[in-house]
Amino acid sequence: MGIKIREFVEPLQAEILVRGGMESEEVEGGYCGDLLSDCIAHAEENSVWVTVQSHPNVVAVATLVGIRCIIVTNSQEVQEQTLEKAREQKITLLRTSLSSFETVAILSRLGVPGKKRRVVR
Amino acid sequence: MPEENPLVEMEREIVGGDFQRAGDVSSELKNILQQAGFPAPFNRRVVIASYEAEMNVVIHAYRGIFRVQIYSDRVHIEVDDEGPGIPDLELAFQEGYSTAPPHIREMGFGAGYGLSNMKKCSDRLHIDTRVEEGTRVIMDFFLPSFMKG
Ligand SMILES: Nc1ncnc2c1ncn2[C@@H]1O[C@H](COP(=O)(O)OP(=O)(O)OP(=O)(O)O)[C@@H](O)[C@H]1O
Ligand SMILES: [Mg+2]
Repeated sequence: MGIKIREFVEPLQAEILVRGGMESEEVEGGYCGDLLSDCIAHAEENSVWVTVQSHPNVVAVATLVGIRCIIVTNSQEVQEQTLEKAREQKITLLRTSLSSFETVAILSRLGVPGKKRRVVR
Repeated sequence: MPEENPLVEMEREIVGGDFQRAGDVSSELKNILQQAGFPAPFNRRVVIASYEAEMNVVIHAYRGIFRVQIYSDRVHIEVDDEGPGIPDLELAFQEGYSTAPPHIREMGFGAGYGLSNMKKCSDRLHIDTRVEEGTRVIMDFFLPSFMKG
């Protein structure tokens, strides 16, 4: 029931910044947000994360949550350290000129459900 | 309860303002917990709380020491920092309250959810803080008894 990460690239006209496991990996859901304490508390494992944030700590949060793919929206500039961290952690990093809203709309059309962790424990 | 020796102990330095390495200590802890075979939901809440405590040192303090002890049925974390301290703890715990400056907020920090995430995720949270000296955060996490080997 997962959706293949590589299927995101064309519809989002995304640049592939870091491939990570995109050839074979799938996601089960998605989360969107730019506040790190919000994402770490509410995103689910094996998700795609849509955000305008692009600094290295985004990869740290993704690693801790178990996020498979980060999509940086609005063509935000991505620091070299962010790329390095994503390569190390084998997390797919995509970038699109679309807004977060437009990106989520497309992911939704591709069948990616929104997933939110409702109970902290 | 007899004092049992920890299975794993770890001690790491955290450097205030170092956003490149911020989160690395919590990632390392996550790997250790996974290798120790604890259940994923337990690891998740330990790691959320650990990340928030680590980031608070990076964002708000000058430097800190992160210590963790992992036992067969619980995890104990202490994060001790040199920093400005927290003048009003009750206020600091309110969701949305943050003193993070604008350039930090632009990075997506400073939502004011860190301390409340720590409280929700831990089974015991204790904070000692002295203004202009520093802050010590102590957290305990207990494995549900039916999960113990
Ligand atoms: N270790 C610390 N040293 C000094 N002040 C702290 C420390 N931890 C928290 N504070 C104070 O408490 C406030 C609330 O902390 P909290 O972690 O809830 O939010 P935040 O760090 O501002 O934002 P977020 O955690 O959502 O990124 C902080 O803005 C800061 O004023
Ligand atoms: Mg915080």
